[in-house]
Amino acid sequence: MGKKLVSLENIIFRYEGQSRNALDDVSFDIYQGEWLAIVGHNGSGKSTLAKLLNGLQFAHSGTIMINDQIMTEETVWDVRQKIGMVFQNPDNQFVGTTVQDDVAFGLENAGVSQQVMVERVHGALNKVKMNAFLNQEPHHLSGGQKQRVAIAGVIALQPDIIILDEATSMLDPRGREEVLETVRELKQENEITVISITHDLEEAAKADRMIVMNQGQLYREGPPQDIFELEEELIALGLDIPFSVKLTKELQKNGVRVVNGHLTEEELVKDLCELHSMM
Amino acid sequence: MLDKMIIGRYVPSDSVMHKMDPRAKLLLVFLFVCVVFLANNVVSYSLLAVFTVMLISLSKIPLRYLYNGLKPIFFLIVFTFLLHILFTKEGEVLFKYGWFEIYEGGLMQGLFISLRFTLLILVTSLLTLTTTPISITDGMEELLGPLKKWKMPVHELALMMSIALRFIPTLMEETEKIMKAQTARGVDFSSGPIKDRVKSIVPLLVPLFVSSFKRAEELATAMESRGYRGGEGRTKYRQLSWKTSDSLLMVSLGALAVMLFLLRS
Repeated sequence: MGKKLVSLENIIFRYEGQSRNALDDVSFDIYQGEWLAIVGHNGSGKSTLAKLLNGLQFAHSGTIMINDQIMTEETVWDVRQKIGMVFQNPDNQFVGTTVQDDVAFGLENAGVSQQVMVERVHGALNKVKMNAFLNQEPHHLSGGQKQRVAIAGVIALQPDIIILDEATSMLDPRGREEVLETVRELKQENEITVISITHDLEEAAKADRMIVMNQGQLYREGPPQDIFELEEELIALGLDIPFSVKLTKELQKNGVRVVNGHLTEEELVKDLCELHSMM
Repeated sequence: MLDKMIIGRYVPSDSVMHKMDPRAKLLLVFLFVCVVFLANNVVSYSLLAVFTVMLISLSKIPLRYLYNGLKPIFFLIVFTFLLHILFTKEGEVLFKYGWFEIYEGGLMQGLFISLRFTLLILVTSLLTLTTTPISITDGMEELLGPLKKWKMPVHELALMMSIALRFIPTLMEETEKIMKAQTARGVDFSSGPIKDRVKSIVPLLVPLFVSSFKRAEELATAMESRGYRGGEGRTKYRQLSWKTSDSLLMVSLGALAVMLFLLRS
């Protein structure tokens, strides 16, 4: 595990006019270079967490430290340069009239000079494989392509952290895979830390670490294998477990000796094949 | 629906006019509107017409697009022409039938005013046909730049324009979707008396408004998280460049104004 990049300490947050805390005494750390998945049912506080990390809301008490800098109203603009965010709706975060204008939007805000901008826009679009669409208008792009442009807009600013706030939930399976593949490649190449807030447990299963949120509190924290061992508890929280984990359990009940800890279908299939060849 | 409504009716091409700086084109249109009023006789009007034809040929725009631009105001042109024929009573009588008379002055005035209308529409539609809406926005922002000194929110206006332009197709798509959804629920948009048809717009507009506000809020959040905090200290990705051809265009317009001034009677 890399060094500590973000740390949250005793965060309490409540939306105006609500009687319950949206976040209730939440503390955890995020390490450099990891892929952290935050899961939880609707209203568990996971999206609020993302807003707090990006300074779109401020905690009522508790501190958020990002790269040894405390998040306050004064430092929030510096912090936003380090943390890029991709939102849920592909249409409602596309500001520019064309792909390249949209990628340049963040750079324009940061006051980057024009020559550097052109370089970075092209570079970023290359990385998400959208360089063939420079002058395309948003309504001609698919949801997955728009999300990739949004990612390009984020990485053009060279951040340390990317937050995906349910960024794949409005996409079809193909778009989802496109976007996740892009983020995975970027994480590999540029050692970016990824925080993924998601409903998709197959996606969470591929993370390095998972955090389960419930009723505004941190319910459990650990690697996906350990989290999915909770099974019944997760289902009681309104979550599910990946298909492969479910299948393993059922197989074990019926006397097939499969080992635990298969988080993806491919792993399970491979193990079953090996088992079959031994019989 | 989307294909029928093309905003600005931009026709892509790589003609001289297309490559011109949007500031030059905006200035051209603005000044042309003023210069047109200098013409008042046959020679000066033909000079104006020649200048316009020259601009059109530089733009390489197919004539049917220009004709489409003229269509909506065709009625207005004919109407003013007839008004002058009927009510201007100057010069010799050219035609007489009972109480109905056509004077030479009336005919000339009618022709001049119609020609003036036509030329104005042609030149302004030439601007929107050869310039993308976003370039027009950029050009406006640059031209109005000096007004910032007097606290005019020039940057904000330009940003509003460009966001509005970007969201037009999105909202059109959404309108279409809502229309289908409401048709499926039994709303009839296309038949019945006018009163009913106007009423049927309500179930279309309400959801559209609600979702637009939601969109606006999400967009504002996204912009803020990408570091937007007003025009201060912001750089521009799109750069405008004033070329020799732009200066030449301005000079030719100046020459036109001078010649019109000398030729008018």
